[in-house]
Amino acid sequence: MAEIMYWEAIRRAHDEEMANDPMVIAMGEDIGVVGGTYKATTGLYDKYGEDRVIDTPISENGYTGLGIGASFLGVRPIIEIMSVNFAWLAMDQIFNTAAKVRYMSGGQLEAPVVIRSPGGTAHQLGSQHSARMEKVFMGIAGLRVVTPSNPRQAYGLLKSAVRCNDPVFINEHELMYNMKGAVPDAEYFHPLEGSEVARQGRDVTLFGYNISVHWCLQAAEQLSKDHGIEAEVIDLYTLSPLDREGIRNSVSKTHRAVIVEEAEPAVGVGAEVMAIINEECFFELDAAPLRVSALNIPIPYNHALEKAALPNAGDVVEAVRKMFGV
Amino acid sequence: MKNAEKKRVLREMLFARRFEERCYEAYVERNIGGFLHLYPGEEACAFGVLEAAQPGHDYVITSYRDHVHAIKSGSDPRRVMAELFAKETGVSKGRGGSMHIFDVANRFMGGYALVGGPFPLAAGIAKGIQMQGGDEICICFLGDAANNQGTFHESLNMAALWNLPVLYVCENNLYGIGTRIDRSTAVIDQYKRVSGYNIPSAQEDGQDFDLVYKAASKAVKHVRSGKGPYFLELMTYRYRGHSMSDSNAYRAKKEERMWSGRDPLIILRDRLIEAGELTKEEFKDMDTEILDEIEDEVIRFATDSPEPPVSEVEQFVLAENDPWVRGGVK
Ligand SMILES: Cc1ncc(C[n+]2csc(CCOP(=O)(O)OP(=O)(O)O)c2C)c(N)n1
Ligand SMILES: [Mg+2]
Repeated sequence: MAEIMYWEAIRRAHDEEMANDPMVIAMGEDIGVVGGTYKATTGLYDKYGEDRVIDTPISENGYTGLGIGASFLGVRPIIEIMSVNFAWLAMDQIFNTAAKVRYMSGGQLEAPVVIRSPGGTAHQLGSQHSARMEKVFMGIAGLRVVTPSNPRQAYGLLKSAVRCNDPVFINEHELMYNMKGAVPDAEYFHPLEGSEVARQGRDVTLFGYNISVHWCLQAAEQLSKDHGIEAEVIDLYTLSPLDREGIRNSVSKTHRAVIVEEAEPAVGVGAEVMAIINEECFFELDAAPLRVSALNIPIPYNHALEKAALPNAGDVVEAVRKMFGV
Repeated sequence: MKNAEKKRVLREMLFARRFEERCYEAYVERNIGGFLHLYPGEEACAFGVLEAAQPGHDYVITSYRDHVHAIKSGSDPRRVMAELFAKETGVSKGRGGSMHIFDVANRFMGGYALVGGPFPLAAGIAKGIQMQGGDEICICFLGDAANNQGTFHESLNMAALWNLPVLYVCENNLYGIGTRIDRSTAVIDQYKRVSGYNIPSAQEDGQDFDLVYKAASKAVKHVRSGKGPYFLELMTYRYRGHSMSDSNAYRAKKEERMWSGRDPLIILRDRLIEAGELTKEEFKDMDTEILDEIEDEVIRFATDSPEPPVSEVEQFVLAENDPWVRGGVK
């Protein structure tokens, strides 16, 4: 198992899938000659040529629609949207075409596209480069949404997403492309549904996804050290469909839940996981579930204000202490 | 095209006209629900272009005004009507409706309800053709008002840039719902708007089948020979309101009369009569035959067909049993 970076894992998945199937193409802004804003397609342009590694014009709805149309004929496009903030412009084609075409054609057409995009907040990029849109994507029937929290998942989820016949949105993170982690040397396909236990625990479950898994893990260590509270951390790498069974199993064991999301609370991952807990295992609860979320504001530029707007590991610790009254 | 062939086309066009008129009645009878957009007046556009192309081989994609394009692409009219009647036997199994006719076996890639949505999809289908190396082309029929969407410009740019085999056909009926083109669009001649993308284009009378056929033959040849996209603007008019919920009160009677006098069916009929290929009586018989066929076969089939079972309402959302969902484990 080699330790590689998140971006290298994504690049490796592209490379293997493009070598495996001549119908796999990559497209997006500055992904070819430049190799991608976060290097995720480095070297592929030279290897596979401009017809398969396509530098697109800055036309998000246009090239996303083009990729979807191509997928009707068996092409398998991996579309990079440079920043998730720009994906708003492609919403028409993602929601109105990719997510619905199988249904409204009575199963005749499918859109096996992969759309990947960095989806979190970085540092001081300002309001229009700091959107967290996972809540938007996960609310749409007909679209799969996954969000890797480490290089192994980033590699294996992209591999499976390329081969799956559904449209898949992969929510990546600007701050995570340089994160290192072990990735199997042998070819590996990560399931597109489910969740992973990132840390075993018995006292409370911390639900995280993508970057917030890391905040949960940090918080769990501190809670163990300072209070002897052993938190279980569940990595919800699939946001749609959410893993009801995984959520139920962990809460049935710990009887307490805190959901940690990088986005604003309204209509988000936390709200959805709480609803599932209610539906699946309400009577297992020893305490009302809590969520740790961003403030409901556009992200500010000022460093201190930005920090105040976003949750962190300390906020998770605070929430758990409040829940236990310690 | 030989006159005998044109007679066949006239019959098909008349069938399309009667089919659409029967849809109107079925809507009033409440057998068809939702939004219903009809095609009478514009028949020479779809027929002229698709006669010049190879329906069933070439890919066709269009908007919500899609019944006739599907039928001309090879769809069974009974199954198109069944779709409008929301039946399981409909082309889209009753899940699509009037605006979402799909018949992929005949390479009819769908009717789409978002104005301008098919522009990039058509370019993408053309990209797929290009990758597969076939000689098919993709034909995208859309209205005039759709050209004010960003997708129009984004798609023309990419189609030209990547030399994609796509023919964009603009059915310019002078209105987007009730807004006349000169009130929504700075450049009235749509074919001129594509010159900014180095795409060859032409404007033609969309009421005259012969002229459309000729212009489309040139356009299809251009695209099929690998020279990249082409844009064909056809000047036409719809004889009914935009959809069934449209009052149609915004058009001048004089304008409507002028266009009624240019009915594509009558133009072709009279030409064939003049050429001695057809008599008035033959045309009448043809009409009676078509009306009977629509009633006895099309409407009967749609009426007698079952509705989709409610127990299957969650089918077709995602791929069934896709092994990659479980990481490739079967
Ligand atoms: C994105 C979008 N905006 C608005 C509408 C509502 N709408 C439906 S058809 C139409 C007019 C389109 O006119 P045109 O493109 O000329 O086609 P025509 O109906 O005349 O054939 C409008 C505004 C829509 N369906 N989609
Ligand atoms: Mg119009």
